[in-house]
Amino acid sequence: MKTFGRWGWSVVLAVLVFSPAVFGGTLDDVKAKGYVQVGVNGQLFGFGMPDEKGEWKGLDVDTGRAIAAAIFGNVTKIKFVPLTAVQRFTALQSGEVDVLCRNATWTLSRDTQLGLNFVQVNYYDGQGFMVPKKMNIKSAKQLDGATVCVLPGTTTEQNLADYFRTNNMKMKPVVIDSNTELNKAFFAGRCDSLTSDVSQLAGARSVAPNPADYVILPEVISKEPLAPAVRHGDDQWKDIVNYSVLALIAAEEMGITSKNVDEMLKSTNPEVQRFLGVVPGNGKALGLDEKWAYNIIKLVGNYGEVFERNVGAKTPLALERGLNALWTKGGLMYSPPFK
Amino acid sequence: MNVQQPAGYPVGESIDDHQIPFWHNPARRALVYQLAALIITAAIGGYLFHNTVVNLKRQSIATGFGFLEREASFEIGESPIPFSASQSYARALLVGLLNTIKVAVTGVCLSLVLGLFVGICRLSGNWLVARLAALYIEVFQDIPVLLQLFFWYAVFYDSLPPPRLAITPLPGVFLCNRGLIFAVPQDHPAYRAMAAAFLAGCVIVFLLRRWARKRQERTGRIFPVVRTSFGMLLGLPFMVWAGAGFPVAIRVPQLSGFNFSGGMAISPEFTALLLGLVLYTAAFVAEIVRAGIQAVSKGQSEAAMAIGLKPWQIMNLVILPQALRIIIPPLTSQMMNLTKNSSLAVAIGYPDFVSVASTTINQTGQAIEGVAMIMVIYLIMSLITSAFMNWYNRKKAIIER
Repeated sequence: MKTFGRWGWSVVLAVLVFSPAVFGGTLDDVKAKGYVQVGVNGQLFGFGMPDEKGEWKGLDVDTGRAIAAAIFGNVTKIKFVPLTAVQRFTALQSGEVDVLCRNATWTLSRDTQLGLNFVQVNYYDGQGFMVPKKMNIKSAKQLDGATVCVLPGTTTEQNLADYFRTNNMKMKPVVIDSNTELNKAFFAGRCDSLTSDVSQLAGARSVAPNPADYVILPEVISKEPLAPAVRHGDDQWKDIVNYSVLALIAAEEMGITSKNVDEMLKSTNPEVQRFLGVVPGNGKALGLDEKWAYNIIKLVGNYGEVFERNVGAKTPLALERGLNALWTKGGLMYSPPFK
Repeated sequence: MNVQQPAGYPVGESIDDHQIPFWHNPARRALVYQLAALIITAAIGGYLFHNTVVNLKRQSIATGFGFLEREASFEIGESPIPFSASQSYARALLVGLLNTIKVAVTGVCLSLVLGLFVGICRLSGNWLVARLAALYIEVFQDIPVLLQLFFWYAVFYDSLPPPRLAITPLPGVFLCNRGLIFAVPQDHPAYRAMAAAFLAGCVIVFLLRRWARKRQERTGRIFPVVRTSFGMLLGLPFMVWAGAGFPVAIRVPQLSGFNFSGGMAISPEFTALLLGLVLYTAAFVAEIVRAGIQAVSKGQSEAAMAIGLKPWQIMNLVILPQALRIIIPPLTSQMMNLTKNSSLAVAIGYPDFVSVASTTINQTGQAIEGVAMIMVIYLIMSLITSAFMNWYNRKKAIIER
């Protein structure tokens, strides 16, 4: 009865593989696994890309590390999953990653139809155009008839079509799936212009064969609030991810950095005491250790530190704080009170 | 010795109907297994479907094909039919499908021609030709097709100059990193008449071939079919052209703004994809052709030589017709492979069906519907290829009397 045996195994296997996932909550799953799985870009300098030593670097990567620090008090209990623009939402929906920190723009249709929830924005961006300097173009309005390199399946692709339609201009897109290949095609002259979020253009330019040969045009044609995303229907997990990002901002507001966080434990300011878990409550409310925010700041730093380390003035991207400055300094970064 | 019929069984009924329990009867056992397999498959399928629907609902992901009607709001780089961002997703997907068909059909034809050529070269008596063919096959078979695509695409955009410095190999033809742009004749009624003349030529050639074969069977006299066919196919349209007074107005591409306008353009993406797929698939086709030819017994070509046929006649009239029977079935799967490999297009920016469908999936979030469409489209294309090749195979099979 060899055949029956084989059938029997098939059935058992089928039942095992396809039994409904017991929905215990992402936090429990993550704790059981012992690490958090974070979907990142993988090819975007300054936001999510391994350096030459294979160590993950970037603003989105550090956001992921903040979440790991909040849950485990350890930034190495994390697994980065590089995802293309096309793969990212499906990977989150299907549970391949626990959270997506991959420069995804928060839009209404994604928030409603994709079964996702976006949390606090970790980078306010906008779409722009980069052109070779020798073309002598001063404005995106001069791009009529241009060939434009663009990533597929992004809001960028739609904004691009919208912008040219509104301004009564024509263009030809060249759509390539991989950031690296797309940038290569642009730098080799296949396209007249490369369009993407300005931060991404700066990232691409910083790894160009000759960065000084390219300029980013002044027009910013869209709002691109980039935010981490989680699956719909798990509010506790959403809170954890949301407040991990907000903790980075709140720490900067309160002047807490990775360097002074231990001294700040002695602070008499009740807000700081609550934030760092000296006065308990916040941790319990989130289902985390009371030291969660302390761990984030100690291990990752505050938002300002994360920004400067990955994309700030001293990095090849040399991005201004701009919209990403604290609200007290003319930016949009604002955290609700940690009470 | 006679076998005794066991007691209690009426004479005339076979033993295994009654004495052997049904699970020892292979035919019935097979039936039971198949039934069981069907039930299990259906159960798993139903369960998966149910599970998917429940999960989608729980995560509040929208479902259904309603999104096809919505405005696509993205542009597509090249399209055989007019397309703009204000048209629907359905139209965008149609553009992608047409692009896939375009590259697949051209690719299949070219790789058959190249594969046949290389396969025959591989068996050539000329040492150098045979070695070169072998080298080609080894190199192109062993490198992953995706790498080859990246390579060809990089060759195009890296080695060719920008539009302003375009190479002009012939007047009215421009080669630059935006593709091959060439002049096309201005629309004129004579061209349609020429196309009609060409079609008429095809019909005449078809009839002529039948007549020539019949006459050769009857009288043994050979009619120069190939030469006359060429004459017909080229001569008829030429006569029409001459009759219309040689209209020669041509739309020469002009460099305006960033790029050329007017004329026809073949994009580097299409060319790189086509080149990569053809060179890769032709290597496999060549091996199939070689195997098919080698499988025809040596005595066949010796016999053909003995009756004084020329080498190309031996190949055309004796070897290939027999080899084809062996070649066709594996060739079918190579043709399907080429079609399916064309889905790598997104890697080098050619807007094929998968590329447009992924963009659609990403913008609408309808992953299940999108992937289902991709699967159905490729399934249909494979089934059509296979149906056609099976028909051709039956036609070429030995007709046994």
